[in-house]
Amino acid sequence: MSTHLVSMTVNGIERHARVEPRKTLADFLRDDCRLTGTHLGCEHGVCGACTVMIDGRATRSCLVFAVQTEGGRVTTVEGLAPDGELNPVQAAFEAEHGLQCGFCTPGFVVSATALLERNPSPTDDEIREGLSGNLCRCTGYQGILRAVHRAAQSMGARQS
Amino acid sequence: MKPAPFEYHAPTTVDEVTGLLASHGGEAKVLAGGQSLVPMLNLRLARFEALVDIGRVDALRTVARVNGHLRIGSMVRQCDVEESAEIGAAVPLLARATPHIGHFQIRSRGTVGGSIAHADPAAEYPAVALALDADLEIAGPSGTRAVTASTFFTGTWATVLEADEVLIAVRFPVWGEESGFAVDEVARRHGDFALAGTAVGIQLRAGVVVRAAIALFGLASTPVRAAAAEAALVGSAVAGLDLVGIGHAAVAGLDPPEDLHASSALRRRIGAATVTRALGRALEEAGVA
Ligand SMILES: Cc1cc2nc3c(=O)[nH]c(=O)nc-3n(C[C@H](O)[C@H](O)[C@H](O)COP(=O)(O)OP(=O)(O)OC[C@H]3O[C@@H](n4cnc5c(N)ncnc54)[C@H](O)[C@@H]3O)c2cc1C
Ligand code: FES
Ligand code: FES
Repeated sequence: MSTHLVSMTVNGIERHARVEPRKTLADFLRDDCRLTGTHLGCEHGVCGACTVMIDGRATRSCLVFAVQTEGGRVTTVEGLAPDGELNPVQAAFEAEHGLQCGFCTPGFVVSATALLERNPSPTDDEIREGLSGNLCRCTGYQGILRAVHRAAQSMGARQS
Repeated sequence: MKPAPFEYHAPTTVDEVTGLLASHGGEAKVLAGGQSLVPMLNLRLARFEALVDIGRVDALRTVARVNGHLRIGSMVRQCDVEESAEIGAAVPLLARATPHIGHFQIRSRGTVGGSIAHADPAAEYPAVALALDADLEIAGPSGTRAVTASTFFTGTWATVLEADEVLIAVRFPVWGEESGFAVDEVARRHGDFALAGTAVGIQLRAGVVVRAAIALFGLASTPVRAAAAEAALVGSAVAGLDLVGIGHAAVAGLDPPEDLHASSALRRRIGAATVTRALGRALEEAGVA
């Protein structure tokens, strides 16, 4: 079985590993980097639980092979709160009951972060559109919607 | 599930790509954005001896004006189309189709060439290429060839591409003044493949239609042009057009596929409605210009 040496920056840290080409980025993050915040629901691009940032763009890590990310810069949900404190998006999910079991939450938090980076004060419709690629099977979406509004407000307040 | 093992190649030139494809004798597959291929590998609906990743071939990522066309490299990602002012101005129909593709997390990887080469009958970009009579540039071991979109698609997920060929660029004609473009579709959920939809381009002169391009998707095994409806439009004055009638005419000869999401008859009705709506918006834009 041929393996490849891959190197990439994950949450600011250089990571190197020998992997089979068929190993997805999601499995690389979970197995080789021990970053189990990235969840796998469907492994075919539908649920969004595995969403991470690659070179600044929110991406399904189940639909990318680790070898494709050679030299890249990856941010997982762990990387969004580097100092162990909840960031504004995470705090807003807690405050607004945006999670129940938490399985889908890492994906929602990464997608919401990407959405707010490009659109700091989204409308209801824009949030619905931005999060339409993430499925939650237990909380219900209203709390998540409110959480993103709250995060937008608190991030806006911090900046001004 | 996890994919079956495969060899991985990451060449940096088109020649290397075709060489690698040829050396595997039909057992290798091109990997572009992976947003259609990787789900199939993960589900083990497909397996290949090798994948040839074209993501590191810089030559496939260029965008340039060539002889009245906008030439878009096959590895240009859907998110780049969305954000490119140049593409939005030169090929508005492609730009307008883009937000309909999946979700933004899919478009951050998915490519122009991948969507067209994959040839899903309900996909937006193949219909745009067909509506605009785009030319597809294909490289193989013995050189390059160009194929028009009208001969490129041969069936569901099937094209004229040979196993040792790679789509390198798509040349979209740039339309002139007084033109309007629209995409309209119906999907069960936002981001799903459409049940049916329409991509339309219209050009006017002094209130008369001089050019009409209507491509339907989700209504047959490939995207299809509504040739009779186009012919009825060209030469007609905009005032007095019966857009509902044209919508029905556009789908009249079709026998759309049936599945648990929609019957054949429902798809045809949706198709007609999307033609009417897309035409309305395209005509309005063309008239305003
Ligand atoms: C959840 C989800 C929703 C989606 N919704 C939509 C939607 O609504 N509309 C839509 O159109 N698409 C949708 N897609 C598919 C998406 O648009 C894909 O990006 C696209 O179909 C394939 O492009 P890709 O670059 O990802 O190609 P890949 O997945 O890498 O490749 C797809 C196929 O094309 C071949 N191929 C790719 N590039 C080339 C090339 N340059 N030359 C020769 N062969 C090539 C590959 O070998 C493979 O067989 C969705 C995908 C997902 C996961
Ligand atoms: S696990 Fe990647 S989208 Fe579901
Ligand atoms: S919180 Fe349980 S699936 Fe979303």
